[in-house]
Amino acid sequence: MKIVSLCGLLGYGYSEEALNIAFSEKVDYVGVDAGSTDPGPYYLGSGKSFTDRGAVKRDLSLALPKALEQKAPFIIGTAGGAGAKPHTDWLVEIIKEIAKEKCLSFKMGVIYSDVTKEYVLNKYRDGKIVDMCSEFPLTEQMIEDSERIVSQIGVKPIIELLKKKVDVIISGRACDTAIYAAPCIYEGYKEGLAFHMAKIMECGAMCSEPVAAVDVMQSYMYDDYFELRPANPIRRCTVDRVAAHTLYEQTNPYLIYEPDGVINLKDCTFKQIDDRTVRISGATFTEAEEKTLKLEGVKRVGYRTVCVGGIFDPLTIEKFDYIEKTVKDFITTATTCKPDEYTVNFRRYGGPESSLCVVIDAVGKTQEIADTICSLARSRMLHCDYVGRKSSAGNVAFPFSPSDIHVGEVYEFSVFHLAKVDSLDETVKVELMEVK
Amino acid sequence: MKLIDLTKILRSKNAGPLYITFDLIFEDMEKMNYVLQNLKIEDVAKAYDTDVKNITVIPYEIVKSIKITFPRKHVSGCVLDDDVYGCQQHMPLANIEI
Repeated sequence: MKIVSLCGLLGYGYSEEALNIAFSEKVDYVGVDAGSTDPGPYYLGSGKSFTDRGAVKRDLSLALPKALEQKAPFIIGTAGGAGAKPHTDWLVEIIKEIAKEKCLSFKMGVIYSDVTKEYVLNKYRDGKIVDMCSEFPLTEQMIEDSERIVSQIGVKPIIELLKKKVDVIISGRACDTAIYAAPCIYEGYKEGLAFHMAKIMECGAMCSEPVAAVDVMQSYMYDDYFELRPANPIRRCTVDRVAAHTLYEQTNPYLIYEPDGVINLKDCTFKQIDDRTVRISGATFTEAEEKTLKLEGVKRVGYRTVCVGGIFDPLTIEKFDYIEKTVKDFITTATTCKPDEYTVNFRRYGGPESSLCVVIDAVGKTQEIADTICSLARSRMLHCDYVGRKSSAGNVAFPFSPSDIHVGEVYEFSVFHLAKVDSLDETVKVELMEVK
Repeated sequence: MKLIDLTKILRSKNAGPLYITFDLIFEDMEKMNYVLQNLKIEDVAKAYDTDVKNITVIPYEIVKSIKITFPRKHVSGCVLDDDVYGCQQHMPLANIEI
């Protein structure tokens, strides 16, 4: 059985030539991961994608007709970057647009995995929340403050849709591995191998050299092993690359925790089959006695205005601690904004040996407050005097006019916890549709 | 010698928004074992202003590497965080003297 991974992230791009090579032989399933928490909490909160619409459409437009032509189900996980309802609907719209433009018709299943605050509160009150990190314990307040919460689905909802013979599956927030492990488990392959393969494939050609998440990866499943070979002839998989990828973004390279259970990689072996192909075996899977779903939620903490500036004078750089304190003290005397209505940080990149980039980061309860604080900090920083100053016309080079930039709403993670569940699909809502 | 001079790859990245993880990959087992024996966890804790008890160190022999993981000082993307992806947090570790 052959599975194709378009790339590490839908909308990051891949080589069209590599796609054509991948589809020059029989393909059974196509997958792509469309999201991540890496870009931070903003996207889940705002309902927007961190990937570009045009780029996402391009990546889908090339692959979708090929998948349909070969009757290879096309599985997309964590739609729209964060996988909540607005993100998922955004991707559904793009798919429908492509179908219309290219006169495609197919059966599509859409999986939503949003959860309500009440759901999480009930889990919390029933003692069914497990902290992911002792430094980040959950409280009722954190749940109440949340703007939006999603649950990460495992393989089950995808398998259920495959049973219904859908052509395209768009899932909301999904465990990255579910995209590729689900079809293998559905087809009867060993779960350990299925999850291990999925863990590597979800990053596209990241496990090849030259390294690139932005290219097509192929996996060939067998009863006791799987083989990986990048589609693009300029890349090759090596034992070192593939094995090293097991480390990537994990807390533990031997045990990988999934909603369905734990993958154990202690007895894993990697073998170079030819110049570009690696054979992998030995991963085992232990089903979790108590099933858990990972919950991700964010809360809005304010609005941001930033100002970027550069300092080249070593005298100014040396005195920047003093300047920062002077500016912060000045702001408290120069505004009617109350101290609990804003924060202002001077983020420093570079210096003291080189030039210093300073980003004034003002976060206020409203955009107006953030604007006021950023403006005061910028003007005061520009003209702040200090002992031994020679550049008395100004301290900072501003690259832009206007100098102050609206960043908009600011979110923080409020929920990143596990919930014990009776069934792994208890948060799932599925919609089936005929796209024409 | 600085730690970075003993490694082939030394990188940092989020392992979810709550944890930061460091991968140290070596040319040979000799260097890997040397670092395992001589890297003081106290120095790592000091370099990142965290507690020794928070730090896990896992050798991964298949690729001659060591993984070091601990909770982020600031959760990814919160108002005080200045590296959302966590991929530029490796220099304090790189500069530890072995």
